[in-house]
Amino acid sequence: MQGLDFSIVPEYLPLIGKGLWWTVVISVISALFSIVAGMGFALIVLYASPVVRYPVRLFMWLFMGTPLLLQLFLIYFGLVQIGIDIPALWSGIIGLSLHFAVYNADIFRAGIASLDKGQTEAARSLGFGAWQTRLYIVVPQALRNTVPAVGNMMIALLKESSIVSMIGIAELVHSAQLVISETYRPFEFYLTAAALYYVLNLILEAVLRGIERKVELSR
Amino acid sequence: MDIALIGRIIPVFVQAAWTTVQISLLSLVLGLAVAALIAGLRLSHLAVLRFIGAAYVSVFRGTPALLQIFLLYFGGPQLGIQLEPFAAGAIALGLNIGAYMAESIRGGVLSVDRGQMEAARSLGFGEGQSMRWIVLPQAAKLMIRPLGVNAVALVKGTALVATISVVELTYTAQRFIGSTYKPFEIFAVTAVLYMIMVYGLTLVIDRLDRAYAEEA
Repeated sequence: MQGLDFSIVPEYLPLIGKGLWWTVVISVISALFSIVAGMGFALIVLYASPVVRYPVRLFMWLFMGTPLLLQLFLIYFGLVQIGIDIPALWSGIIGLSLHFAVYNADIFRAGIASLDKGQTEAARSLGFGAWQTRLYIVVPQALRNTVPAVGNMMIALLKESSIVSMIGIAELVHSAQLVISETYRPFEFYLTAAALYYVLNLILEAVLRGIERKVELSR
Repeated sequence: MDIALIGRIIPVFVQAAWTTVQISLLSLVLGLAVAALIAGLRLSHLAVLRFIGAAYVSVFRGTPALLQIFLLYFGGPQLGIQLEPFAAGAIALGLNIGAYMAESIRGGVLSVDRGQMEAARSLGFGEGQSMRWIVLPQAAKLMIRPLGVNAVALVKGTALVATISVVELTYTAQRFIGSTYKPFEIFAVTAVLYMIMVYGLTLVIDRLDRAYAEEA
């Protein structure tokens, strides 16, 4: 039994900090992508022609039924074998984005379906085209009504971004692993990383509460 | 598509899927036990116990499951806890999902009208008796769906134990993608097996939920 010694942690904080920065960057980019792509999928599933709709539904069904880690392995280790070489960082961002886009799409689809039909009818009678109505009337309201549910997804995304360390992206967990391979102190540094995620999570929750309050006020 | 390859690898992958099922079941049982305890703490009259319950939920839901697994498996030996990968994975996943399930249980209990507890108490039932015979049976119905969502997430979450070399489905898929250079065949087989588990479980939960709803 080795015991614990946290006194060596401060020395490595700059390195860990770099990982923390990348966790924030990857999470923010993936969150934005997952929301945009999620809305795209939702609109396709609801309104597009069957030729587009069914492949997208099949894709959503596949990605909802399988783990993120497997999807990352497919994108990073798999695609390169058929000649599609995506760098680790982008593989991670694409995997995270698509994984959560599928869940967001489900939320948006339900959000759009629960909107009052009168909204669409009113817009159409005022001379809006079908897609104009969807983009300017339906999408903004659906986005607003689904803030809490999508927010929960983003909280999950932040934590699951840790999984991209497994394809070698130098984010928080990966930088902790680097330090551990030098110091042989897994408990201290994994705990440090966990504490940093906890703080990030608190910040994200506060931001989401702020957004929710703003959205409530705009009603 | 290399059909011959798919035929050859299926037995190995079914074996790996069985390991995924085993680890899912083990952590599900552990998770439910933890959840019942933590939900009990959170619903307690004592502020200290409520705080302990809330802290558990906050810590386990506020940090990545991957780090919880690493802390137990790689960090455990520093504290004198030496576990096999399978056991470490099952325990860490169980402790993690327990925090989520505790909230599902608590949500169910809190959704039962307060009047039910008050009526039972005024009829002479004790606090524990009212909970056991009046509130919990009604809450159980409301818990099925949220607990089911937790269980489905757990099945997909078991992929994380691939990172500590438990030879389950995702670990096996990664090994075979590397050795066969046929990523799509491997993904297809793995995805089908996961989806049988995930959507099969979803179906069971739907059935349970409907059976209970009809009873009500």
